Amino acid sequence: MLTVTDLTCERGGLPVLTGVSFDVAAGQALILRGPNGIGKTTLLRTLAGLQPAVAGHVTYPEDESAYASHADGIKTALSVTENLRFWADVYGADLPRDILETFDLADLAERLGGTLSAGQKRRLGLARLGVIGRKVLFLDEPTVSLDGFSVKLFAKWLQDTHLARGGVAVIATHIDLGLAAPELDLTPFKSDVDAGGGTDEAFL
Amino acid sequence: MIALLLRDLRLAVRAGGGFGLGLAFFLIVVVLVPFGVGPDTAVLSRIAPGNLWVASLLAALLSLDRIFALDYEDGSLALLATSPLPLEGAAMMKALAHWITTGLPLTLAAPALGFLLSLAPEAYAYLLLSLLIGTPALSMIGTFGAALTVGLRRGGLLLSLLVLPLYVPTLIFGAEAVRRGADGLDPSGALMLMGGITAGCFALLPFATSAVLRVNLR
Repeated sequence: MLTVTDLTCERGGLPVLTGVSFDVAAGQALILRGPNGIGKTTLLRTLAGLQPAVAGHVTYPEDESAYASHADGIKTALSVTENLRFWADVYGADLPRDILETFDLADLAERLGGTLSAGQKRRLGLARLGVIGRKVLFLDEPTVSLDGFSVKLFAKWLQDTHLARGGVAVIATHIDLGLAAPELDLTPFKSDVDAGGGTDEAFL
Repeated sequence: MIALLLRDLRLAVRAGGGFGLGLAFFLIVVVLVPFGVGPDTAVLSRIAPGNLWVASLLAALLSLDRIFALDYEDGSLALLATSPLPLEGAAMMKALAHWITTGLPLTLAAPALGFLLSLAPEAYAYLLLSLLIGTPALSMIGTFGAALTVGLRRGGLLLSLLVLPLYVPTLIFGAEAVRRGADGLDPSGALMLMGGITAGCFALLPFATSAVLRVNLR
């Protein structure tokens, strides 16, 4: 469903990853591993279309992708339900009835986004993914500031709801989500900055 | 797109949204003018059209940097850019929301403030009309400026420097329309030119705004 061939992505004008290739079949997840600064976020942003690829191809069904960054995009002056309803409207989806229970937000439904704790905000940010109903998810450290229980909750949603209905997820994370998913270590794809386009650019 | 408009309006009227800030600023600037110029009604009524227009322009400027900055900070701008909503449409809705929360109240309050500056009675209709036609252009140009400076620290100051020169044509024709109205001349030429500027802004700037946002989100 998601095919990446020979992808090169850059950050700040310097290539960080070169020759990244992988396939993810429907119903599968891929875990991205690698030390800080290797380019996990850059790769995910490139996949999501927020920045252009320097070289290579990314193919997935059109209008089926969604991106979740470090920031959750939560409006502090809107309630939990209002936040979710906004994203449902933007994506033309209905608010699933059990979405608040799935992410343990039922007690917080009317609370303002600004009064939530960091972990609660994260759960709300993840609940957005359940609302918009996209099949190809690019998740950047989805479990940051979640407690153990919430991590299990999220992994359960990912496995039982998202992947079970043929979705795909590419997840950058440092922890073990407990998913039966292949892992991709990005270290071998690290660009040699001196050998990359960097030197050419100086002469342009 | 309507969802985005409604969300922005809702955010603007809730606590911390800054709704009414521009209006209060407009009021204060106009009230300050007689203190500076003196209470001579002949002088005041002559400078009233220009003053009202400059004041409303500055008031519109005040809330521009919030258009994209808040969405950029909490990450929702990147999420919007990857959503099915066309970014051009989002830009236009942002401008529209800014106009409804800033330009429209300014337009409606202007006649009352025109009274403070003893504006000529014939000019009230044209003041209302010229602001109604001109302030949407201010919001759209400002949205473009806000997109240029999104993600910059202290971008607000740079935004003013970028946007104010672009406001000049709207200001010239707006004030001119009111002045001609006050002098009993036909202001339709100035009003039509201003309408052209507004229409042109809404036709072109959403695309420019979206292109700039995509670059700034990289």
